[in-house]
Amino acid sequence: MNQFEEHDYSKEFDPQLWRKLLRFAKPYRRQLTGLGLVMVMVAVVDALFPMMNRIAIDRFIVPAATEGLAAFLALYGVLVVVQAVNVFTLITLAGRVEVGIVHDLREVGFRRLQELSFSYYDRTPVGWIMARMTSDAQRLGDTISWGLVDIAWGGSMMIAIGAFMISMNARLGLIVLAVIPPLAVASLYFQKRILEANREVRKTNSRISGAYNEGIMGAKTTKTLVQEQANLREFTTHTNRMRETSVRTAIFSGLYMPIVLTLGSIGTGLALWAGGTGVMAGVITYGTLVAFIGYTVQFFEPVRELARVITELQAAQASAERIMSLVETEPEIVDAPEVAARYGDSFHPKRENWERPSGGIRFRDGSFTYKEGEQVLSNFNLVVEPGESIALVGETGSGKSTIVNLACRFYEPTTGEILIDGRDYRERSILWHQSHLGYVLQQPHLFSGTIRDNIRYGRLEATDEEIRRAAQLVNAHHFIGRLEDGYDSEVGEGGNLLSTGEKQLISFARAIIADPVFFVFDEATSSVDTETERLIQDAVSTVLEGRTSFIIAHRLSTIRRSDRILVIDSGRVVEEGGHRDLLALRGRYYQLYTSQFLEEEEEELLAHH
Amino acid sequence: MKNTEQTSKPAKLSSVWTYMHGYKLTYAGAIVAVAIATMAAYAVPLVVRLTIDSVIGDRPVDLPPVLADWITNRVTVAWLATNLWAPGLFIVAVTMAGGVFQYFQRKWSAVASERTAQRIREELYDHLQHLSYDYHVKAETGDLIQRSTSDVDTVRRFLAVQLVEVGRAGILLATAYPLLFALHVPLALLSLPIVVVIFVFSAVFFRRVQKAFKQSDESEGRLSTVLQENLTGVRVVRAFARQRFEEEKFAERNTEFRTLSRKLIGVFAVYWGSSDFLAMSHMLMILLAGTWYGIQGALSIGDIVVFLSIEAMLLWPVRQLGRILADMGKATVSLGRIEEILDTPTEYPRQPGLCPAISGRVEFRDVHFAYDDGREILKGISFRAEPGTTVAILGPTGSGKSSLVHLLSRLYDYTAGSITIDGVELKEIDKKWIRSHVGLVLQEPFLYAKTLKENIRLARAKDGDGEVFGAARDAAIHDVIEGFEKGYETLVGERGVTLSGGQKQRVAIARALITGNPILVFDDSLSAVDTETDVAIRRSLARRARHATTFIISHRVTTLASADLILVLDDGRIVESGTHEQLMDRDGLYRRVWAIQNSLEDELQKEMNREPV
Repeated sequence: MNQFEEHDYSKEFDPQLWRKLLRFAKPYRRQLTGLGLVMVMVAVVDALFPMMNRIAIDRFIVPAATEGLAAFLALYGVLVVVQAVNVFTLITLAGRVEVGIVHDLREVGFRRLQELSFSYYDRTPVGWIMARMTSDAQRLGDTISWGLVDIAWGGSMMIAIGAFMISMNARLGLIVLAVIPPLAVASLYFQKRILEANREVRKTNSRISGAYNEGIMGAKTTKTLVQEQANLREFTTHTNRMRETSVRTAIFSGLYMPIVLTLGSIGTGLALWAGGTGVMAGVITYGTLVAFIGYTVQFFEPVRELARVITELQAAQASAERIMSLVETEPEIVDAPEVAARYGDSFHPKRENWERPSGGIRFRDGSFTYKEGEQVLSNFNLVVEPGESIALVGETGSGKSTIVNLACRFYEPTTGEILIDGRDYRERSILWHQSHLGYVLQQPHLFSGTIRDNIRYGRLEATDEEIRRAAQLVNAHHFIGRLEDGYDSEVGEGGNLLSTGEKQLISFARAIIADPVFFVFDEATSSVDTETERLIQDAVSTVLEGRTSFIIAHRLSTIRRSDRILVIDSGRVVEEGGHRDLLALRGRYYQLYTSQFLEEEEEELLAHH
Repeated sequence: MKNTEQTSKPAKLSSVWTYMHGYKLTYAGAIVAVAIATMAAYAVPLVVRLTIDSVIGDRPVDLPPVLADWITNRVTVAWLATNLWAPGLFIVAVTMAGGVFQYFQRKWSAVASERTAQRIREELYDHLQHLSYDYHVKAETGDLIQRSTSDVDTVRRFLAVQLVEVGRAGILLATAYPLLFALHVPLALLSLPIVVVIFVFSAVFFRRVQKAFKQSDESEGRLSTVLQENLTGVRVVRAFARQRFEEEKFAERNTEFRTLSRKLIGVFAVYWGSSDFLAMSHMLMILLAGTWYGIQGALSIGDIVVFLSIEAMLLWPVRQLGRILADMGKATVSLGRIEEILDTPTEYPRQPGLCPAISGRVEFRDVHFAYDDGREILKGISFRAEPGTTVAILGPTGSGKSSLVHLLSRLYDYTAGSITIDGVELKEIDKKWIRSHVGLVLQEPFLYAKTLKENIRLARAKDGDGEVFGAARDAAIHDVIEGFEKGYETLVGERGVTLSGGQKQRVAIARALITGNPILVFDDSLSAVDTETDVAIRRSLARRARHATTFIISHRVTTLASADLILVLDDGRIVESGTHEQLMDRDGLYRRVWAIQNSLEDELQKEMNREPV
């Protein structure tokens, strides 16, 4: 749709972009220089072999002499060894550079991703970022190292062949070399077409994957609507297109090689004709003729490689653009220099200068507007005492999450300020603020690894005993004990080996072990089974004790338990107060409460009748 | 995650031919074209040899008798000596002719393999669609997609590239050596062992590096998992201020991948270095021996040129052969994974079922239903519903409500008892036929990545805007859609809008309403819709679907109360049934649910009087 749609080509060669990329090639300049030199050597040795054939014919076979044959053998042997070493070196060096650049690009990209603000994540699909960090980084490292290999080799090879031919016989050399320009033109033309066709194939391929995805995810609905035929028909248009584009790609490359070979054979024909005539006239030796013929068979290769690299550079430029756009995105929320100087940055905190907040937080005229101009919160005022718990209720999109995001400093207020112990929170570092925060999400997110690893995420230096205690506090110990490997059980990718309720309990343990001053809880709307629900409710009470907390609440018990309730609508507080005061108002809260009450009671009744 | 690596049996490669049906001839043509193109490639050094030895030199023409006769007597060597352009032109012509065959080889092998791949893709897609409902409840989407895409591609590559390359190498070896032996037996004999050594060397090598490949692949997988989890869990990372920890974790994986990749590249450097060494030594040996025999007059310059050229032609394919053979094992594994899907029986029997007229009279008689694993879900359900009536179903989670309505669409088949639709046994009725007469709205409906309009008129593609708008209005979603910038043309999904659960449900309801089906089923499909909208939808439902038999699973008492028949389900049995009035007369679950409504005020009073905590 927009910037995230994959456009593959940028218009022109962009020298500035490549200059910026030099930064990534710089650490490898010694390897790159070495690589260039090795490639020149490889090309020269490659070009020397036909010369060796020439010597064999002219020095030994034609005169039927054996004198110097041993030296010739030794020389050839040296060339073979040198070339073998060259090949080994070139692959090692190019590989080192490639792998190194890819590694560095990913490292820099990842660090930047840790700094970018939430607004960036709000508008950038995860898939897009993944593609930049994986395939684009790979392609760039690839092109920089192996592209250099091919350019250095192709260029030197052409020069070497040209030089050898002209030195053997200038006239014949020039005649044969006349084939190179059309060869170059044809190569550039076809390589470009092949690349484009390949891109089309890839695009169609991803459409087919998408269609499978939809076909499988929607299979149940498809059955109820009897759409099998229609779906297959639609799918067939994709597979038809896939076949057509693939066959077209094959046809392009199928045309290219014969054309290149035929052009090359014109060189061979010319060499045979003019060279043969020369041999008969006695001005050219047999060896020279054979060497010429050898070169004509060889020289389409460097032309082809050069043409390929040139077209691939264009595609690599698109990758470079996308990676640089990621690396160069500036985070919107940053610490002021003087704040960073005192408190340290996100990677090097100066904890010795950190003071522990008491837990009081105050919104003063806080407003928040998205970049697109949509205002979601206006002039919000709220004073929260240390240890107080605030329940936020209201419909989806009312602004509850924005208040929480501001309190977490995931966003900063567009106007107004948020004070912690009387000071604007921008006077402390982001890391300071977030280090005093505990957060349990509606959709709990765990990392691959063991349960122990996941709880320890809350406090890295926690002992096993502390982890066990934290799990006990939030009622997680029991279910963990039932698992075969206990605390060392793997949770799977994203925690998907555990149930939602279990994940939630683990994330409570993770939060409580951090001993946060502020606690934020986004309660899940969908209920888990009643037993787990009871455990979770119990865990909530434990975690809330003595902490300043913000809760996006759905369950009545959670709401009732909090000190103060804010009913939010369209970015404003419409009702505020304790549970009973608000009920007495018979307003919005009363409505929300009664409908939720009915639903929960009914659920309860059906489950326990 | 671990279980996605289920081991499927590798298939026999021969089964790939069945998918190639109809294109085998094209493929055979491609192989023949390879052979001809290979022959043409020999012509070049042979012409050079003839020119050097017999035209420029004075050796008698050494070719098969017919050709030799033609050149010495008809063309004459003298003419050729003054017209050296002719052999030059011949080289160009032969190369061009070879090129034409090379082109056809590429084209034909592409056509045959792409057609085969297309057939497999379509068969997979269609087969997946026709697998049972239960299969899809348990299916692992990622694994199925992997099989349908990359496994198919592995098979395609096997046909399009690998097999052809093996064919080319085979043809080269099979034809080059007779030619070389005809030229000079000792030299040909001498060259044979090294070619064999190079082949064995590369085959063994590629088999062995597969482990290194796998290691680096797996390491890359771990790297992207860390990245993926970091991105999707960005809130957790920030809330716990774990940027540095994450960076270290990523750095560790990143470095591990770099180390393993370097190791892999190191292995390759050794391989290519030594295999180049072998190949070049081989050429040196040919040249040296050729020179030796040349000096003795046993070989002409032309012979040496032919030897050098043909050996050079051979070496590359032979070195590639090892790699291809090592790779080909993957094709059998992929084919096995594909066939595992295709061998799963579909839910459709061979012969079509009945297609009776359906007005909506539904009767259940002692219906039992159990899953394949034996869990019994429904235990003797009996009731009757006349056309135009509404049946509401209430019951706790797991009581069998959904299964009951799924039976109506034959998403599952009952294991005992009888269900009749207008007097016809449901099991006799064609599955597609009954499904196109039952409008079933699932609790979590799926919307396709199409426009909203296309989604609504999916089952009635010919319906105009009027019908679409009408259905959307009745499903109380028209205004929401109109509120979008692009209205009904708004795309659903990643590239368009993300709808809330309630909005999705309403679009799905509109999609069912537009069909005008005689039986409508709402499987708790108003759960995410607020109470007022629920009432509005039911009101328009009563108007629109006056003649339809409607089944509604719901917890909302108002929804239940207006139904003609209320079924209260518990543990697979009907524990209460009747109208609202009848059920209110009895002290059962239904009355207690209803009573909560009235207890609300009392509860609130209690709440208000409670001492503050």
